[in-house]
Amino acid sequence: MNTQTMERRQHYLNVSYGIRSWLFTTDHKRIAWLYLVSVTFFFFIGGLFATLIRLELLTPQGDLVQAETYNKLFTMHGVTMIFFFLIPSIPAVLGNFLIPMMIGARDLAFPRLNLASWYIYSIGGLFTLIAAAAGGVDTGWTFYTPYSSIYSNTHVVLTVVGIFVTGFSSILTGLNFIVTIHTMRAPGMTWFRLPLFVWAHYATSIIFVLGTPVIAITLLLVGLERVFHLGIFDPELGGDPLLFQHLFWFYSHPAVYIMILPGMGVISELIACFSRKRIFGYEFVAFSSLGIAVLGFLVWGHHMFVSGQSLYAGMIFSLLSMLVAIPSAVKVFNWTATLYKGSVSFDAPMLYALGFIGLFTIGGLTGLFLASIGVDVHVHDTYFVIAHFHYIMVGSAVMAYLGGIHFWWPKMTGRRYPEAVARVAALIIFLGFNLTFFPQFILGYLGMPRRYHVYPPEFQVLNVMSSAGASILAVGYVLPLIYLIWSLRYGAIAGMNPWKAKGLEWQTPSPPPTDNFDVTPIVVHEAYGYETDEPQAIYPPGKPLHV
Amino acid sequence: MLGFPLFPDQASSVAARVDALFYFLVSVSVFFATLICILIIVFAVRYRRRSENEQPPAIVGNLGLEILWTVVPLGLTMVMFVWGAKLFFVIYHPPINSLEITVVAKQWMWKVQHPEGRLEIDELHIPTGRPVKLTMTSQDVIHSFFVPAFRVKRDVLPGRYTTVWFEATKAGEYQLFCSQYCGTQHSGMVGRIVVMEPARYQTWLSGETAVISMASAGEKLFQRLACNTCHLESGAGRGPPLVGLFGKKVQLQNGQTVTADENYIRESILEPQAKITAGYAPIMPTFKGLVSEDGIMQIVAYIKSLTHEGTQAKK
Repeated sequence: MNTQTMERRQHYLNVSYGIRSWLFTTDHKRIAWLYLVSVTFFFFIGGLFATLIRLELLTPQGDLVQAETYNKLFTMHGVTMIFFFLIPSIPAVLGNFLIPMMIGARDLAFPRLNLASWYIYSIGGLFTLIAAAAGGVDTGWTFYTPYSSIYSNTHVVLTVVGIFVTGFSSILTGLNFIVTIHTMRAPGMTWFRLPLFVWAHYATSIIFVLGTPVIAITLLLVGLERVFHLGIFDPELGGDPLLFQHLFWFYSHPAVYIMILPGMGVISELIACFSRKRIFGYEFVAFSSLGIAVLGFLVWGHHMFVSGQSLYAGMIFSLLSMLVAIPSAVKVFNWTATLYKGSVSFDAPMLYALGFIGLFTIGGLTGLFLASIGVDVHVHDTYFVIAHFHYIMVGSAVMAYLGGIHFWWPKMTGRRYPEAVARVAALIIFLGFNLTFFPQFILGYLGMPRRYHVYPPEFQVLNVMSSAGASILAVGYVLPLIYLIWSLRYGAIAGMNPWKAKGLEWQTPSPPPTDNFDVTPIVVHEAYGYETDEPQAIYPPGKPLHV
Repeated sequence: MLGFPLFPDQASSVAARVDALFYFLVSVSVFFATLICILIIVFAVRYRRRSENEQPPAIVGNLGLEILWTVVPLGLTMVMFVWGAKLFFVIYHPPINSLEITVVAKQWMWKVQHPEGRLEIDELHIPTGRPVKLTMTSQDVIHSFFVPAFRVKRDVLPGRYTTVWFEATKAGEYQLFCSQYCGTQHSGMVGRIVVMEPARYQTWLSGETAVISMASAGEKLFQRLACNTCHLESGAGRGPPLVGLFGKKVQLQNGQTVTADENYIRESILEPQAKITAGYAPIMPTFKGLVSEDGIMQIVAYIKSLTHEGTQAKK
C-alpha cells in the first residue's frame, strides 16, 4: 500500500472534517480520540503538580511554596491523576477504540451514551479545573472527614461535585462495555475466544458499575455535611468519621483495580504479540481478572488497620487482602511462561510490557508488607505506601497505557512512530521511575510520613534521589508526546498489520473504516493463534475487505 | 557510612519483632522479584526473534504449573497473615500494669498529661522498661500518633478514645510524627519522645512543683460541675453511684450491658441519653461545651480512682 491509495481510501478519520464532526461524533474510535486528548491534558496537569511537589521536597525546609500551597499541590495531583487520568485512561481510550473491533462489532452498544459519557467527564473535569483555578483544595484526594467536611477552608464542594459528575461517565462506560461484550460479539466469538484485553475490561466494567455509585453518594454526603451541617461524619454533629473511611475505601480500593486491570489486559496482548505465542494458561489469566475484581470489593478495611476499627475486622481484612496476591501471582507467572520458547522481539511496546511485569511484581510484593498487619502499623501513611501504590499505578498502569498506545498507534493513526526514539523513551521511563520511587520505600520504613511539607534533615539524601529520578521520568514522558505528534504527519505508513499480530482489529485497514469491518467477521479460531497463518476470523466470500 | 540512615532505631519491645517479620517479607520479595527478573531475561534473550517469519510452537498451558503457582503463594501469604496478625494483637493489646498517660491532639499540637498531673506539649517523657499506655482523643480532625523508633502508630479520632502502648527499651530521644493528614501545618505537628532510665524519670516527674494529679484535678471538676449532687457515693442519688464503677459491667435500661471503660464514661458525660443505666431516669443534661477534652480525661481519671478500697483507705 502506498501513500496515494491510503489517502484515497475512506476511513474513520477522513470520512468527515471539522470540529462539529468530532464533537458530535458517535463513532467509538473518534470518541476514543476525544478521551485521548482529554486524559493527556490531565496527565500533564497532574504531572505539573508532581513536579512542584518533587521540587519542594529537594530540601527539608518548606522553601519553594507555603504549607497551604504544598497541601493543595498533592491534593490536586492525586485528584487529577486518579479521577481524570488513571481511571479513564485505558478503558476510555484503548477500550473504547478496541473493544468493538476486537469482538467484530461496528460500534459499542450505545454510541450516543458513549459520547454523552465523554461530555460528562469533561464537565466534571471543568468543575475540578475551576476549583483549582479558584484556589484549589487541600484535603488530600482521600477527603477524610471531618477535615474535608468541616475544617478545610478550600474549594472542597466544587472539587467533590467534579468527581461526582465524572463518576457517571465511568458508570456509563462500564455499562456500555458490559452490554457490548454480552450482545455484540461476532458469530463464532465465544467467551473463551475473546482477547484477554476484553476479559480485563469486562472485569473492570463490573467495578465501574457496582463501585462508582458508592463514591458518588459518599462525596455527596461530604458536600451535604459541609453545606448544610447534616451530621453524618463529624462527631460534633453526631456523625462518625470512620463511616466515611469505610464508604470511601469501599469504592476507592476497587478503583485501584479499575486502574490496573485494563493495564493487565493490555500486557496480555503485548506479551502474546511480541513473543508470537498464545498466552500461557489463557483461562487462568481470564478468571484471575474476575477474581481480582471480586476480591477487590472485600478488602477495603486494609486502609484502616490503624484507624481504630475493630482489631478482629483488621484481621479479616488482612486475610482477604493476602488472597489478592494469588490471582496477581498467577498472571505474572503466566505472562513469564508465555515467553518460554517464543519468538521474542524488543519493539517499544514489548519493552513497556516487560518493564510492567518487573514493576508490577515489586508493587505487588510490597503490597504484602501492607497487608501484613503487624508491619502495616509501622509503614501505614508513610512513604512506603506512596512507593507501593506508585509502583502499581505509575510503574504498572501508566507503563501499560503507554505500551498500549504505542502498540495500537499504527491502527489508530495509520502511521508508525519512530521506533528507536520510542525504545529510548521506554528505557528512560523505566530507569527514571525506579530512581524516583525506590528510595521512597526506604524513606517509608525509616518513618517519613506522607503529605509532609517540611521533613527532618536526615531524610534529605533519599528525597534528592527521588526528585532527580522524577526529572528523568519527566523527560521520558515528554518524549512520546513529541514524537507521537510528529508521527501523525511524518511517520511511515503502517499498513494493516505491522506487528503481524492476531486479533480482529489487525484484519481491518489502518486506520479502520467507520464501520470497522465491511462485512461481519465469522470467528473460527481462538485468540492468539500465533502458531498458524490463518486469521482468527473469516469473512463471507464475495465480499472481500478492501485493503 | 552512607551519610544517611537506611534503617530506623529499634527502641521498643516490639521493634525487633516487627523488623523480623519485615526481613522475612523482604526475603520472600527479593526471592520472587529476582526469580521473575531472571526468568524474563533468560527467556527474552534465549528465545529472541532470530528471523522475521519465525513461528514458534503453541503451548496452551500446564495445569501442574498453575496449581504450583497458586498453592505456593497461598501458603506463603498465609504465613505472612498469621505472623502479622499475631504481632498486630501484641502491638494493640496494652498490658494490664501499664503506666497510663493521656494525649489530646489538636491542630497542630500534642497535649500530654501524666497521671501525676505533669503537663507536656509536643513532648512525652517516659521511663524505660515499663509499658506505657496512651489514651488519646482529638479536639478537631483525625490525627495519628506515630513513633517510628517504636514501630507503633494509632489514629487519634475526635469523639472517642483510641489507645496505643509501647515499652521503650533504650534511653534517648525519638521522633513523634502526626501521620494522618490534618491540615495546613500537618508536617509541623511533630514532637519528641524522651525515654529516660526509671530513676531519672522519677526525678523529672517530681521536678515541677505544685502540680496536682489528674485524678485530683478531675475531682475538683466533678465538684465544680456539681456532678456530686446526683452521683452520691451511697447510691441514693438521682444518678448511679460511681465508686467501683470502672471496668465493671453496667446493666442498661434497654436490656443491654456495656463495660464501663473510658469511652463509655466519656459518652455518658457528653451524651447522657445514649446509654441509660437500668433503674435511673434519663434526667442528666449533656456537658458538651462545658468541659474540655482535657477536663473529661481528668474526670475519667478521677472516676477510675474511685475504687472501694481507695475510698475505704481514705476513710
